[in-house]
Amino acid sequence: MTDHLSEARSILLDPYNINDNDLNALLGDLFSYGADMGDIYFQAINHESWSIEDGEVKKSSFSNKQGVGFRAITGEKSGLAYSESFSKSSLQDAAKAAGTIANSNKTLTHNINPQIQHLDLYPPINPIDTITDQEKIEYLQLVDQKARAKDHRVKEVIATLAGNNQAILVIDQNGRLAADIRPMVRMSVNVIVEEDNRRERGSSGGGGRVGYNFFDQSTIEKYAGEAVDQALLNLEAIEAPAGEMTVVLGSGWPGVLIHEAIGHGLEGDFNRKKTSAFSGLMGEQVASKICTVIDDGTMKGERGSLNIDDEGEPTQRTVLIENGKLTNYMQDRLNAKLMNAKSTGNGRRESYASQTIPRMTNTFMMSGTHEQEEIIQSVDSGIYAKNFGGGQVDITSGKFVFSASEAYLIKNGKLGAPVKGAMLIGDGPSALNQVSMIGNDLALDPGIGNCGKDGQTVPVNVGQPTMRIEKLTVGGTT
Amino acid sequence: MNKEKFHNKTQFALDHAKKIGADQTSLSFGSASGFSVTAQNGSIDTVENYQDQRFSISVHLNQSIGSASSNDLSESTMIKTIDKAYSLASLTAADEYNGLANKELMAIKPMDLDLFHPWDIDIHGAQKLALECEQAALDYHPKVINSEGANVGSYKSESYYANSHGFFGATNSTGHSISCTAIAEENGLMEMDYDYSSERHPEDLMNHIEIGNNAGSKALANLGSKKIKTQQAQILYTPRVAKSIISHLMDAISGGSLYRKSSFLLDSKDKKVCSEIMTIKEDPHLKRGSSSTYFDGEGVETSPRLIVEQGKLLGYLLSSYSARRLGMETTGNAGGHHNLLIEPSGSDDFNSLVKGMKKGLIVTGLIGYGVNIVNGDYSRGANGFWVENGEILYPVSEITIAGNLKNMLNDIEAIGNDTDNNGSTKIGSLLINNLMIAGQ
Repeated sequence: MTDHLSEARSILLDPYNINDNDLNALLGDLFSYGADMGDIYFQAINHESWSIEDGEVKKSSFSNKQGVGFRAITGEKSGLAYSESFSKSSLQDAAKAAGTIANSNKTLTHNINPQIQHLDLYPPINPIDTITDQEKIEYLQLVDQKARAKDHRVKEVIATLAGNNQAILVIDQNGRLAADIRPMVRMSVNVIVEEDNRRERGSSGGGGRVGYNFFDQSTIEKYAGEAVDQALLNLEAIEAPAGEMTVVLGSGWPGVLIHEAIGHGLEGDFNRKKTSAFSGLMGEQVASKICTVIDDGTMKGERGSLNIDDEGEPTQRTVLIENGKLTNYMQDRLNAKLMNAKSTGNGRRESYASQTIPRMTNTFMMSGTHEQEEIIQSVDSGIYAKNFGGGQVDITSGKFVFSASEAYLIKNGKLGAPVKGAMLIGDGPSALNQVSMIGNDLALDPGIGNCGKDGQTVPVNVGQPTMRIEKLTVGGTT
Repeated sequence: MNKEKFHNKTQFALDHAKKIGADQTSLSFGSASGFSVTAQNGSIDTVENYQDQRFSISVHLNQSIGSASSNDLSESTMIKTIDKAYSLASLTAADEYNGLANKELMAIKPMDLDLFHPWDIDIHGAQKLALECEQAALDYHPKVINSEGANVGSYKSESYYANSHGFFGATNSTGHSISCTAIAEENGLMEMDYDYSSERHPEDLMNHIEIGNNAGSKALANLGSKKIKTQQAQILYTPRVAKSIISHLMDAISGGSLYRKSSFLLDSKDKKVCSEIMTIKEDPHLKRGSSSTYFDGEGVETSPRLIVEQGKLLGYLLSSYSARRLGMETTGNAGGHHNLLIEPSGSDDFNSLVKGMKKGLIVTGLIGYGVNIVNGDYSRGANGFWVENGEILYPVSEITIAGNLKNMLNDIEAIGNDTDNNGSTKIGSLLINNLMIAGQ
């Protein structure tokens, strides 16, 4: 097992001569006004990005950001302050500023107590150092060449290779100390094709909590091919239909449906505050009996995976919906405490400068029994939405959208013409009751997804098998 | 303020970059502090204190460029950051269009745009406002049963941009906001809606009780929403969503979209791109404006201009890089557009526009980003109200509206005089003919 803790100490504490006594003193400052929960969160982030355009790698940037966040919680109230300087006086000031949310004389005792690391889902590496800069440039040149070689109608190729490394170290009110070194890489490819004055775009990409060598030649070639194919298909696309119809969703990316329609509504904070369309439905049937939905932060090397969440809790596999019944919410410590539940290891924050809130990790629908072709053949008239871009949900009303980037008409069980990108809209609590067939081909998205909530962006994965939904509104123009 | 400190750091960075061999250098410093408090369900939910700083630098070397940034402003880290930018510049390919904006374009005369007005309020005062704001929403009607919170926030910021032409520009600004998202319930179904106010000067903020009341009344009005039939109809965007149409237009005429030929408005300069009633003025010098600045992201002097006049596109949004690629001159838009003022098309306000609608949809909310700037395809989730013969009949949800932006911009029939002052795009309600509504 690799040692994330000693690596994190060497990045976050040792250079500033911060030892366990200092951490103890900072806990003392943070809780001096009587807060009953909270944490100190040390973080350093290095990020780099390279991009190719006009066939040449002309852009590269590097950023480095670090800080220490202090959270103090009393009842339902939470206070946040942070310092970007690691000087002791500046850290003390931030600890006290966060602590003043509370107002009592209670005192806590704490002993710094390093936690045993349970999960080892990715190595404690800095991807930026896993290959040379010249190799990064060559990766991008390869994707550019492969995309242009694939079809003469390719006019522009813009691809980005990005890597980052985060070191975090968190100490809670009991002195429990946990740390994690989090690598991440991502490649994205966008192409523009042109024919007879019509221009269309296509995109692809992938990544995860791995080193850059994840992008071997065949993977890079695959991204180039997918982006070009999607763009060429869009050249042929006809206007999308408008109205309610049967929709077959492809496997992988279309799991955005699960993320938006169900996932957000099952985050603990919305349910504790009773602002979710799913509030009070625990144990109720919220999906058809063939649906089982999971959030699993423990998948090796995946973009949404974490050894520990940002409160130091090991992540876990949480069954959100089992055979259609709502079985669990996703919780951080605060919401778990207020709802008499246990943290599910879903407490996440974008950085030291943001609050920790319940967030998804890798969220997906489990496989069913049908073959993919069988599901398409079962539809008389509808659309097959194979690939998706982003989505959004109104937690309170439960209405959600997600936008198809590659879709086809289905007529009499056969795939027809490709249709233009369109928004699909539905109602979260009822959409999964419309699921009538589930494929045996569960897949996660390729590892380039982000999720936004309360202004905070975190990396996640979505996934699902091929799925037939009896009725969903397709936002086309004809 | 710390202008002198940052001026010294700027000199230090420029000197170091020159010493290690940079041909040209541009850099920026930012520093901001502030707070944000949220009340929910009658008590304080979160109190957040901010204190941020950043340094970023771009080094030019033989027409190549490398960029690096850090939030550690110590001299040793600044040196590392500058060296990193230099090493990236030495690895990337040359681009003949790279380089600072021309020296004679620099905004050498500073302007006071009235952007700095700290709010004389402490965290406790802000908590009180947030609690009262949320309470005003909850008190609006018994069916307003909850909220996603009322928020009060305020920040002070100073930002500096400098380059090796010797330009050094400084901007001190403040921003204050009050917002509330209310939740109404009926028959076990909930609907939410919000109102907000965001200003440079606290005296310009809308009253917090009014914001709470508005959020409550909007959420209440959304109760009992229905899905409507799939059909073509007139769409009336309220000001807060009308802004998004202008923002799609700005994306399509921005330099990056144009030189990549990724816009549905290629080669549209001096051509008609919108209905004749559309005139868009860009005013970077608007006093207290949220996107006001006397210099753009490259130090280029900004000036007011018309971007669209009676439907005709008079200019693009260009930086010096995109301008060189297109064989044009920079428009002072490195970093994006400045304040946009859209003239009302007549004396109609929101109510009189509704009165004039035979059959159509008022859109108050949009969800999801279903916009393709390459070809103009537009499809977004929407909610609002159904109108027949000038009367608002009932709230509508779970529908999409779709069309093509090229046509939509030309099909704009009216712009109301109910201009929304929040944000950098000042526009009233927008009436567009014939969009496809997908519903039942």
